[in-house]
Amino acid sequence: MANTHEVAFKLNGKDVQVSVVPRELLIHTLRDRLAHTGPHVGCETSHCGACTVDLDGMSVKSCTVLTVQCDGAELFTVEGLQQAGELHAIQQAFHEEHALQCGYCTPGMLIRAWRLLQETPEPTEQDIRYGLAGNLCRCTGYQNIVKAVQSAARKVADHKVAAQAPSA
Amino acid sequence: MFPAGFDYHAPNSLAEAVQLMGNLGPDAKVLAGGHSLLPMMKLRFAQPSHLVDLRRIAELRGIRQVGDEIHIGAMTTEHELLHSPLLADKVPLLVEGAGWIADPQVRYKGTIGGDISHGDPGNDHPALMLALDASFVLRGAQGERTVKADGFFLGVYSTQLEPGEILTQVRVPIPAPGTGWSYQKLKRKTGDFATAAAAVLLQMKGGNVATVSIALTNAGPTALKASGAEASLLGKPLDEAALDEAARQAMAICEPTPDLRGDVAYKVAMAGEMTRRALQAAHARTGQA
Ligand SMILES: Cc1cc2nc3c(=O)[nH]c(=O)nc-3n(C[C@H](O)[C@H](O)[C@H](O)COP(=O)(O)OP(=O)(O)OC[C@H]3O[C@@H](n4cnc5c(N)ncnc54)[C@H](O)[C@@H]3O)c2cc1C
Ligand code: FES
Ligand code: FES
Repeated sequence: MANTHEVAFKLNGKDVQVSVVPRELLIHTLRDRLAHTGPHVGCETSHCGACTVDLDGMSVKSCTVLTVQCDGAELFTVEGLQQAGELHAIQQAFHEEHALQCGYCTPGMLIRAWRLLQETPEPTEQDIRYGLAGNLCRCTGYQNIVKAVQSAARKVADHKVAAQAPSA
Repeated sequence: MFPAGFDYHAPNSLAEAVQLMGNLGPDAKVLAGGHSLLPMMKLRFAQPSHLVDLRRIAELRGIRQVGDEIHIGAMTTEHELLHSPLLADKVPLLVEGAGWIADPQVRYKGTIGGDISHGDPGNDHPALMLALDASFVLRGAQGERTVKADGFFLGVYSTQLEPGEILTQVRVPIPAPGTGWSYQKLKRKTGDFATAAAAVLLQMKGGNVATVSIALTNAGPTALKASGAEASLLGKPLDEAALDEAARQAMAICEPTPDLRGDVAYKVAMAGEMTRRALQAAHARTGQA
């Protein structure tokens, strides 16, 4: 039982390969084996969204995905958001609008917001609240987070930044 | 929080998956979106020794019209339901229902087939399926059979699915033009299961109820078809008295389990209130309100 599997996927544009037993969860592979500690472990029960990453065009909670399910996948984490050393428009906007306090929820918020803006480039406040509803923040309340996503959407519209996939 | 150990299989075709499930025996489970199964495995409420992942099987995906039905592959996600122009046009009740399920991340992964197969009375698709008079295509080593949604749900985590059988497709009759629809769901917060919810399809003729279908979520050990409430409405205008009586009849069949969402009396009252609101909203959408 519990034989190991070779799993290959693209992580923030780079090919990676890991050898895992089937019960290993994606969040642990990312943090413990691949040193991508942006995705956080919050609740471990699929509720908080701190572990959110982007998997084949979907925002997913990586505490509820098996690494073996990711063979051949394309994954992005918050580490992939920066563009040639510059903060991504969404990161800039979170900074400027003060959309965080402790920052624990922030990597999940950012990568989820990125996918939301890919799908809905001009979101209304309601789109943002509905679209980020799977990400909980225990510190700030959501007002500044909503403002940051609105601001990021404007930045993207002006500079065409987040239209591209995050870079490695 | 790791699940207990298990072996993982990812077959490329349905035939292969059915064969695997037949060979691996009762300790094998299929893995769809994993958003009910993996949480249960992490909590050790479930410890299957094999998982058969359906993710590679293209024939289990997609939404298409076949005659006067919509056929939905079991591995179609909530996200895909929510954004399907075909469903928005032909079966808007399902789109509205999908929009109430969980949160965006869960909707990208969770599948209609998994939601139905899981047999959780808190899941939203079972009541939607009862209201729509859907049927399910089940495939096992013995072959294929089609069963009605009404009668499929037997109890908490219990359905007509036999060990080794895979739900492959959901078939939904397209409601007639002019049919009003609504799914009204009371929940404490985003991502929560229903405190109570009601699904309604409604047709009016000459100011009276011509056909009506009502089903309830999380009001008993399975989704419930509120047949008494339906019967009480037929042939009458949908006025206050009719709404009162329908809500009363719906409440009469409820047997909810008390939990953090409320005690029995509150949950029953909310099932009645959701029935009333869903009937009103569906009525407004018939264009004959
Ligand atoms: C935070 C959170 C909130 C949620 N809120 C809601 C909600 O409001 N409403 C709601 O309805 N659901 C909710 N869910 C459940 C979610 O929608 C699940 O994804 C869904 O119930 C199961 O679908 P799945 O594809 O993930 O199935 P899985 O978890 O993969 O499987 C569930 C069960 O069904 C079996 N199964 C799956 N597919 C098939 C098939 N094709 N044939 C035979 N057996 C099969 C599996 O073996 C397993 O026993 C929530 C989940 C989470 C984590
Ligand atoms: S840690 Fe994954 S959702 Fe909370
Ligand atoms: S900033 Fe602290 S949890 Fe969101």
